[in-house]
Amino acid sequence: MLKKTLIAASAIPLTVLSLTACGSDSSSGDGGGSEGGGSITMGFAQVGAESGWRTANTKSIQESAKAEDVDLKFTDAQGKQENQIQAIRSYIQQKVDVIAFSPVVETGFDAVLQEAKAANIPVILTDRAVKVDDDSLYETFLGSDFVKEGEKAGEWLVQNAKDADRDGDGTINVVQLEGTTGAAPAIDRAEGFADTIGADDSIKVTASQTGDFTRDGGKQVMESFLQSDDSIEVVYAHNDDMGLGAIEAIEAAGLKPGVDVKIITVDAVKDGMQALADGKINFIVECNPLLGPQLMDLAQKVLDGEEVPKRVVTEETTFDQEQAKAALPDRQY
Amino acid sequence: MPEPTLVRRALRHPLLWPVLALLVLLLVNVVVNPSFLSVRMQDGHLYGNVIDIIRNSAPVMLVALGMTLVIATRGIDLSVGAIAAIAAAVACTRIVGAGDEGALVTAVMAVTYALVVCLLLGAWNGFLVAVLGIQPIIATLILMVAGRGISMAITDGQITTVNNPWFSDLASGFVLTLPLAFLVAFGMLLLTAALTRRTALGMLIEAVGINPEASRLAGVRSRTIIWTVYAFSGLCAGLAGLVIAANTNSVNANSLGLWIELDAILAVVIGGTSLMGGRFSLAGTFVGALFIATLTRTIPNIGIPSEVNYLFKAIVVIAVCLLQSPRARAMLRPRRRRPTPAPVIAKAGSPA
Repeated sequence: MLKKTLIAASAIPLTVLSLTACGSDSSSGDGGGSEGGGSITMGFAQVGAESGWRTANTKSIQESAKAEDVDLKFTDAQGKQENQIQAIRSYIQQKVDVIAFSPVVETGFDAVLQEAKAANIPVILTDRAVKVDDDSLYETFLGSDFVKEGEKAGEWLVQNAKDADRDGDGTINVVQLEGTTGAAPAIDRAEGFADTIGADDSIKVTASQTGDFTRDGGKQVMESFLQSDDSIEVVYAHNDDMGLGAIEAIEAAGLKPGVDVKIITVDAVKDGMQALADGKINFIVECNPLLGPQLMDLAQKVLDGEEVPKRVVTEETTFDQEQAKAALPDRQY
Repeated sequence: MPEPTLVRRALRHPLLWPVLALLVLLLVNVVVNPSFLSVRMQDGHLYGNVIDIIRNSAPVMLVALGMTLVIATRGIDLSVGAIAAIAAAVACTRIVGAGDEGALVTAVMAVTYALVVCLLLGAWNGFLVAVLGIQPIIATLILMVAGRGISMAITDGQITTVNNPWFSDLASGFVLTLPLAFLVAFGMLLLTAALTRRTALGMLIEAVGINPEASRLAGVRSRTIIWTVYAFSGLCAGLAGLVIAANTNSVNANSLGLWIELDAILAVVIGGTSLMGGRFSLAGTFVGALFIATLTRTIPNIGIPSEVNYLFKAIVVIAVCLLQSPRARAMLRPRRRRPTPAPVIAKAGSPA
């Protein structure tokens, strides 16, 4: 009985992982302006609505489609690859002009992309890449360069290393709050950061642990780091949320975040920008979800037969505290 | 000879293995980081790893508390994580929507409202199990899946941040230099212990767990009891959700309380409560929850790399479960003791 129950209990997460997403599409399920009239018809298969970042991403695509007079057919895959493949198939049957999607996972899209190619419908990937043997199956991949984001974070630290050296011993002790283990942004942001700070011998990552991209995770890991090492001078968090969690842990330890312990994060969501403007975070590398205008532009170019690069990086910037104060009032997400 | 019997009694005590496991885990931490157990005063309250551990153990302890009683009736409640997320979503949206976001009355109202919702959700589980006779694992699976959707609908899928110092104190506040979250969880534990062990309630719950039909025929209102334990579990889960939300002053419907049901079941099992129902140990659950929280803290403390931290957790938990299994312990026992008891077993077995 015990064994059976445990087996059953351990099987559940697998189903639930996919099922939980079902409830999450309420806000963005069938948005999109399919009332038509536009010069281009675009089919877009979104991953889901799992985060504020994703919701902003969806909104940006829908709004820029409207602005560019693109007839957008939008589906939400609710985090499931089979839903996404189904959506792409239906776009092929409806003979849309161009298909765009953010792949749920990296592999398994070969067959459906072949079908799109056979039907002469160009495909644009957004935000996430796919692994296919034949890269002529898609026109271009528009998305953030996570390695670059890590490098930008590292560059800022190298430039501001002196300020961060609280105890003046010539070495900068950095702790890293990693994203979900195995996720592309977590791997790449760590890699870019490590490569850049490698140039400066005085900067050392003394501890690194996953905080699962959540505030609670970031807080708990940071609490532990602070207990075992009182010489932490810099926190590098793979997203804003973990950084926000770290702020609370640092405050509870009687230190001043942003002053005693410098904090660098990636994302630039509203709460993160607020903390940056308040002086509790020192530097944020933007990971921009608002790729709608760039996507519409690329779609137009592809349909006009223009050459587009295989990889287009989203326009992204970085923010220090002053820039955050200026940008905060009209931050959309 | 009073001494050997005392030792023997201690060795037979069901709490021996969980407590021993907890001590070993603490020892490992101390070996790696000698200052692990040190505690100092910071801003007028205690500060240290141990304090963090008991503070962070509060959510699991609360959830495990409700789970203990549910499991004692031979049930299981998988919906606790989702209920925690709903509680947090309800409370945070109420606080954000209130006229005076930072007021004490806002926090109290929001918390009360959220807990009432959770009580109802728990009662719904109880209704499915006790009245409609649906198997507990299925009945609570419904809310486990749907509940996260509900909490996302409440928060529009966004992370909702609140600014209310009173609400924040639920997780980060200190009373008499001890973390409030722990005191709340411990208080609930004592209250439950008093209600179940000072009255007949605990025995009735166990009776239902052993045989619901027989206990019904014996005059125990098994339906009401089952209904009550699920409602109680919902309430505990809701309280845990509020503590988690208060910890970061925000609710993320996607991740809040995710997999806490599994941690809670683990805490209950480590504490010696049988999943077969019919007996439960609140003290065991207390130790189990502390064990889970210590294990969580151990990973960053001894610097287990992220890639293998689940593996580490799994190995530790398997080791503890093996220690608790009398059969596994017998196998591990030195072989020289075998010859004497073996023939006795054979004789006892032969008539049958």
